[in-house]
Amino acid sequence: MSDTAPGSTPPPDAHGGATEADWSSVRLHIVSGKGGTGKTTMAAALAIALATGGRKVLLVEVEGRQGLAQVFNTPPLEYGEHRIAGAPGGGNVFALSVEPEAAMLEYLELFYNIKRGGAALRRVGAVDFATTIAPGLRDVLLTGKVGESVRRKEGRGFLWDAVVVDAPPTGRIARFLTANSEASDLARVGPIKNQATLVMGVLRSEQTAVHLVTLLEEMPVQETVDGMADLAANQLPMGGIIVNMTRPHLLSDTQMATVRTDGPDLDKLADDLRSVGLESTADNSAALDGLGVEASDHVTRVDMERDERKRLSGHDVPLLEIPQLPEGIDVAALYGIAELLREQGVA
Amino acid sequence: MTDESRTSSPTVGRRLRGAGPDEQTRTHLPRPHTAPLLDIDQVISDPGTRILLCCGSGGVGKTTTAAALALRAAEHGRKVVVLTIDPARRLAQSMGLVELDNTPRPVPGVTGPDGEGSLDAMMLDMKRTFDELVERHAEPGRVQQILDNPFYQSLSTSLAGTQEYMAMEKLGQLAQESQDGENWDLIVVDTPPSRSALDFLDAPNRLGSFLDGRFVKILSAPARGAGRGVGRIFGAGFSLVGGMMNKILGTQMIGEVSTFVTALDSIFGGFRNRAEQTYALLQEEGTAFLVIAAPEPDALREAAYFVDRLQAERMPLTGLVLNRVTRVNVEDLSAEQAVVAAERLDATDSDDPESSSRMSAAMLRLHADRVRSSQRQHHLAERFTSAHPQVPMGEIPALADDVHDLDGLRKVAGMLADHSR
Repeated sequence: MSDTAPGSTPPPDAHGGATEADWSSVRLHIVSGKGGTGKTTMAAALAIALATGGRKVLLVEVEGRQGLAQVFNTPPLEYGEHRIAGAPGGGNVFALSVEPEAAMLEYLELFYNIKRGGAALRRVGAVDFATTIAPGLRDVLLTGKVGESVRRKEGRGFLWDAVVVDAPPTGRIARFLTANSEASDLARVGPIKNQATLVMGVLRSEQTAVHLVTLLEEMPVQETVDGMADLAANQLPMGGIIVNMTRPHLLSDTQMATVRTDGPDLDKLADDLRSVGLESTADNSAALDGLGVEASDHVTRVDMERDERKRLSGHDVPLLEIPQLPEGIDVAALYGIAELLREQGVA
Repeated sequence: MTDESRTSSPTVGRRLRGAGPDEQTRTHLPRPHTAPLLDIDQVISDPGTRILLCCGSGGVGKTTTAAALALRAAEHGRKVVVLTIDPARRLAQSMGLVELDNTPRPVPGVTGPDGEGSLDAMMLDMKRTFDELVERHAEPGRVQQILDNPFYQSLSTSLAGTQEYMAMEKLGQLAQESQDGENWDLIVVDTPPSRSALDFLDAPNRLGSFLDGRFVKILSAPARGAGRGVGRIFGAGFSLVGGMMNKILGTQMIGEVSTFVTALDSIFGGFRNRAEQTYALLQEEGTAFLVIAAPEPDALREAAYFVDRLQAERMPLTGLVLNRVTRVNVEDLSAEQAVVAAERLDATDSDDPESSSRMSAAMLRLHADRVRSSQRQHHLAERFTSAHPQVPMGEIPALADDVHDLDGLRKVAGMLADHSR
């Protein structure tokens, strides 16, 4: 994003800045972000955007928090793929909440032909160990399941046109995605090594893009910058930065400058309020001051956002922007966000 | 418990409530509960408060709140140490924390009235804490062997669980060091940034029960005998497991895991005891849990889980802090009125974008957005309180800018303290 037009309303198609989003070859979209940035919401909206026009998209959650059920306002998801939403033009979004234990038993059956060992493993605590205590093993199982979904065939083509993952937060994302690489180093030979190599092959290919959701605040932006460096160091393909909850640019550059130097002109404001019938507000000096404070706060916030946006530009990564919705997020809002993502070149 | 009793909260346009689409349902429901007010100054100045834990899901502002309360307590005359997990760089620098060194350092320029109080701060270095644990407890000949083991390296740096355990371990150490009140008389703890606030309570026990569990005994059996040897001792089920382990992991990997687990087992003879001791510390009277939440559905849902859990475990819950609450500065102007007025102003002269009426219209729209955010947040807070009417609640308004110096921290803590007045 250039810094030439702070404060003015950027046309929607200029949001991407210098780097255009083009993920037409990507089938696996991994969505990460710091806690509180709206990662799950963005993953859900991205799945709708990708399904638009009749495609079939799998939306996967790996943290077992039933965040997708909450976003789509449905009962908790049982294990397995279930249709959770439609998309414009006949598309379908299916949701999968991966449970590490089920993934582990599947994994054992698939790769080791162990069918009835689950109960014994559970009894001695091995399942517990693999799924809750050893984070590396857990991540191997979760990313393994994701890799399997991406590769799954139906007839001659792939079962899923795209897979979207609501992934762990930015601080953990590189470690999460490279768990299989670590497993393959530790295992050296054998079936774990083979499976791990296969999964890393998918994650490091141009079929994959990792998107980071952020707010234009210091900590989330810092984590995003660090996260991009982590991804690059681990040869993981960066997708875009989704900048969420940006403030609307309601004031022009000149108006912002006035607010910064002199504060808003409250006398003029009072006149304007009178002219549209808000006499009681116009005659209340505390109310006028209050509106002035709200405007000054807004300018401070927009200035901070502009500074933080600068730290994100110059990485040759598309920036997608989603404005703050004062009314909050509901299912209808997901479709609106999906449309905004499409306008910015996501699908 | 009427709306009028909530006058201490200027954050919500009371007159606006009920004008929204909820009006009709609202009249058929019992009136919403009003939460008791959280008196934070009472909590931090009470010498009986020895440990203050700031918990909550990721991204709600735990670190800033913990640092702000630690500073305020110091300036009220307490000798405070604050354990932060992952502070923003500029905030860390402002507290004199330039590197992770795992040792509390005095924050310059902080004293209370009569020069009584002090503030020390540290950032948790998870790997260093774990290494120190090994160095302190392992047999001298084994220390290097453990530190070099690939599984140790993987476990000690991976974030899930270990960070929570190490935070607890560090808290236990600090509590021990401050037992005589010589060093510190209040420990403020920021908890790791997990998705779920419950992880902080659960991870140490999970790790402890694993290390005490049967699985460890299988893993720590010599690699070659992993199938048969263990089977002979524990029965056929274990033989099956041992066989599967060999098949899945391969004998070489089993060997490395077993070396690691055996070494670890020797360190943590009382591993579970340690975890249990710290857990017990959390149930003591001098401990105060503050749950921090943003006024958003996810954060409040996590906060509700956490509050239920604290109550079930009989842990001392002090209150809920709603952080980054949108404040409305003009209570008598509804969102609808503001939007209508803005549209009328736009219609008066739509040609000159710099005209004063454009500016006024923009200000009205900003106000309308604030009112809508505030109404939504207030509704969410009310829902929380209806389910948890006994939990005292405090509020910190959203600041326009990030907090990155001591003055910013003072302001944050001051706003929370003012909320109860």
